[in-house]
Amino acid sequence: MATTIKGKTGEWEMVIGLEVHAQVISKSKLFSGASTAFGAEPNSQVSLVDAAMPGMLPVLNKYVVEQAVRTGLGLKAQINLTSVFERKNYFYADLPQGYQISQYLEPIVGEGTIILDLEDGETREVGIERLHLEQDAGKSIHDQHPTQSYIDLNRSGVALMEIVSKPDMRSAEEAGAYLRKLRTILRYLGTCDGNMDEGSMRADVNLSMRRPGEPMGTRTETKNVNSIRFVQQAIEQEARRQIEVLEAGGEIVQETRLFDGMTGKSRSMRSKEEAHDYRYFPDPDLLPLELDPAWVETIKVSLPELPDEKKARFVKDFGLPIYDAGVLVADRDTAAFYETVAEGRDPKLAANWVIGDYFGALNKSGADLESAPVDAKKLGGLLDLIADGTISGRIAKEVFEEMWDSGQDAGAIVEAKGLKQISDSSEIEGMVEEIIANNPKQVEQFKGGNEKILGWFVGQVMKMTQGKANPGMVNEVLRKKLG
Amino acid sequence: MSVDKETVANIARLARVRVDESHKESLAKELSNILGWIEQLSELDTEGVEPMTSVVSMKLPLREDEVTDGGYPDKVTANAPEGAHGFYAVPKVVE
Repeated sequence: MATTIKGKTGEWEMVIGLEVHAQVISKSKLFSGASTAFGAEPNSQVSLVDAAMPGMLPVLNKYVVEQAVRTGLGLKAQINLTSVFERKNYFYADLPQGYQISQYLEPIVGEGTIILDLEDGETREVGIERLHLEQDAGKSIHDQHPTQSYIDLNRSGVALMEIVSKPDMRSAEEAGAYLRKLRTILRYLGTCDGNMDEGSMRADVNLSMRRPGEPMGTRTETKNVNSIRFVQQAIEQEARRQIEVLEAGGEIVQETRLFDGMTGKSRSMRSKEEAHDYRYFPDPDLLPLELDPAWVETIKVSLPELPDEKKARFVKDFGLPIYDAGVLVADRDTAAFYETVAEGRDPKLAANWVIGDYFGALNKSGADLESAPVDAKKLGGLLDLIADGTISGRIAKEVFEEMWDSGQDAGAIVEAKGLKQISDSSEIEGMVEEIIANNPKQVEQFKGGNEKILGWFVGQVMKMTQGKANPGMVNEVLRKKLG
Repeated sequence: MSVDKETVANIARLARVRVDESHKESLAKELSNILGWIEQLSELDTEGVEPMTSVVSMKLPLREDEVTDGGYPDKVTANAPEGAHGFYAVPKVVE
């Protein structure tokens, strides 16, 4: 895979690091008892703590801490038994406190790793630098009034995990793979729903360019990119911009940029320049967070099987190709669906059907696993009919389409439509004899050494039986009678 | 470490505090004094001494994840100089 870009003056290499803000799944906020539910009336889920009324004190949500620890463990990361909440000071209309409570010098989670699954089936390791807990800000709405911004504090104080990668990625493709894998892991763990369009997962992209083998260049940060496609676009676009500047003899200015999904372009956020002096200091309202190692251990033993382990198991126990295993584990529900179908059946046949016909039907109809007319049990029933020879694989595809349309069981459809496979050897022999008798020319060709003509004979039998003849038996009988 | 007038101006701007030109000199002196005093504290050998994070020996209290608060938008926005449709309304702050 190419990891360099050709400029006018030679090769350039991207150096990419991602900061992901993942909203923690919890009922209430990080430091207050207000609800985190999405889409409520403005300011209806705000406590006086979230609105930063004087004298209010933050009290930490234990479950959110557990979620952060769970995520850290899922990322195979160091869990810091002591961590410290600090104040990150800046002014903005949707930040009533005038500071964000975050973690800085001592985050709750330290270094870990993520294994990327790339398009070609290759894997690549990307380091995690840290994960820390922090408050989300409120929401500003700028397009409702000509001279005013409207502020909704429902999101103010909701718990976020900021997950910072090491600058280990070298292409937009790898950045996409990183986000997909991180999202998969978070969903398996149940610590973030990963819905980028609802803003519960957002990414900041740090990017610099260098000549291969040289030290890192000056980076820019593109903020709040809210889809994987946009992240990849923002990277491509910013890389080209930086190469242009560098090749013209210019210098990259370390700055914050804002990506616009509508235009696919980013622009400098000059107003943020002075904001970089955040004057962090430990929040005097909060003592250091100390974790009991025994508690961390109980979280560790309760972790679900994670995608990498599940993938390895599918390859080892079911003999699936790595690519197929990767597709099946990308989503926890899909993996569970596959396992139900594969239970007590041929796992490779099950994988082919789930990935091929079943996913195809899902995509075409726009349904998901829950709303699909065919569930795992019904699909399994169809595979049983293939396995015991009742129907052929070809007829099975027809039956599957019928199942999808009608929601009926495979067995009922096969019965009603008379699609049962013909495996009676005398019946097949009779048909084969008839065809041989009627087509002396083709028989001659076969005897003259034209092996391909055998397919034509098979086709004739299938035509006579509307595809219901057992193909293995047809081949066998044909060879016997012709030979 | 000593603080000069420019640093005072910068700190004031970051904190959104208006400081008259005439006060900057005296504030610079005051802040320098405070920093000097802190520096004096750091002369103490604190090798192997755990930092004291609270005057009472206690652990950070934690709460259960239950919805126990909110649901009073009128109260929350009662002090807002301006509001509209349940939102706070502020001078436009678009980037």
